[in-house]
Amino acid sequence: MSDKQHPLLAIRGLKKQFGATEVLKGVDLDLNKGDVVSIIGSSGSGKTTLLRCVNLLEEYQGGEIALDGETIGYRSGDGRRRRLSDRELSRQRAMTGMVFQSFNLFPHLTAAGNVMLGLRKVLKLPKAEARAIAENWLARVGLAARADHYPSQLSGGQQQRVAIARALAMNPKLVLLDEVTSALDPELVQEVLNTVKGIADDGATLLIVTHEMRFARDVSSRVVFMEQGRIAEDGPPAQIFGAPKNARLAEFLRTTRH
Amino acid sequence: MQAFLDQLWIARWPLWEGLLLTIGSAAGSILFGTLLGVIVGVQLAYAPWWLRLPFRIYVDIMRGTPVLVLILAAYYIPAVAGLSLGPTQAGILALTLFAGAHIGELIRGSLQAIQPGQAEAGRSIGLTFPQLLAYVLLPQAVRSALPPWINTGVELIKGSSLLSIIGVGELLLKTQEVIGRNFMTIQFYVFAGILYLAINIALDQLGKAVERRVGQH
Repeated sequence: MSDKQHPLLAIRGLKKQFGATEVLKGVDLDLNKGDVVSIIGSSGSGKTTLLRCVNLLEEYQGGEIALDGETIGYRSGDGRRRRLSDRELSRQRAMTGMVFQSFNLFPHLTAAGNVMLGLRKVLKLPKAEARAIAENWLARVGLAARADHYPSQLSGGQQQRVAIARALAMNPKLVLLDEVTSALDPELVQEVLNTVKGIADDGATLLIVTHEMRFARDVSSRVVFMEQGRIAEDGPPAQIFGAPKNARLAEFLRTTRH
Repeated sequence: MQAFLDQLWIARWPLWEGLLLTIGSAAGSILFGTLLGVIVGVQLAYAPWWLRLPFRIYVDIMRGTPVLVLILAAYYIPAVAGLSLGPTQAGILALTLFAGAHIGELIRGSLQAIQPGQAEAGRSIGLTFPQLLAYVLLPQAVRSALPPWINTGVELIKGSSLLSIIGVGELLLKTQEVIGRNFMTIQFYVFAGILYLAINIALDQLGKAVERRVGQH
């Protein structure tokens, strides 16, 4: 299979700065198809920025990101690198799905309308087919009965599940989850985590930024610890949580656990 | 009172025509002004500075100039340039340019008030920028711009009375012509005033109804 020849996501030497502040100082990360990788680390370690670079929501100054063998975001020639056009960036963004901390559902569309927008306008599916896919995904996140509700009529947990359905319905190669439970009331966190666990069990490739350590341990095939714009440790959950090698990781786990 | 009603009956057709022209020129200029305003608003919100600059200058000139001056300019300047516009065309042009600037500024404000997460969510599902505008940003901006948009309509109804200066036979000019024949100054000015008020109250109610409808979500 061609999947064996190259990783689904290959990040090489990724560098990003905001003005004079270097946020990512050369990040290398590979994900294979079906991997569930959680990124942990303290605030400001660059986790969310890394995710946003992969979805091309941020520009970056150095390094390369390849998705399924295709270099994304930039084209280089004559020794210069140039940002791709709006149309190209849009096509590449459609290959990844993203779920945001603050849900970002479209308030003027129903739950089904939110899921259908990309199916209709990006994948150009006919309305009936898009509707069927949307209903199917809303059912999978447990919201079949809420298809025609507007976001304002849904709880935070329900909104986030719609957002997950919206991302997954596009059949992306890779799904990015950015602190998807951080904006939720504590009693709503579990329903969203269960939904994520469900899609992970179904074989989706996930790159997760999270503060939920127990969840990261349960759901991930690998955990990555980021510290000051670099990956400080990368390994299976048992190693990261059970026998951390990096001193900063050990300290981070002591201060965040429980 | 009977004398006034008799005169009103005699003058009914000219006044009716004037009323239609008042409504027509306001409706025409809000229609064209809205099309223009959406373009202006999008440029002001998203264009690079060199493209934004001419739109900014246009908006500031329009907003800083009295409507009456705009009307006179739209009537006399094209004539100097060898372009002959009739008074009604010139009047609608002036009101359109005025409305376009105000609506442009409304749309800009509404677009910029939308949370950045909306654009990011739209981009993350692969929408191109024009699609993002059409399906995510403008529908939300238009909703929040609706109440002040109705106000612009009210301003245009009132502003259209200024078109009488360049000889557009709208409600005010027709009223003045009727008064010129029967000298019932107070009665007919009050009558015209009541008509303006009635249109504007109706518009206001329409705006509130629409606002309630879209405000539900």
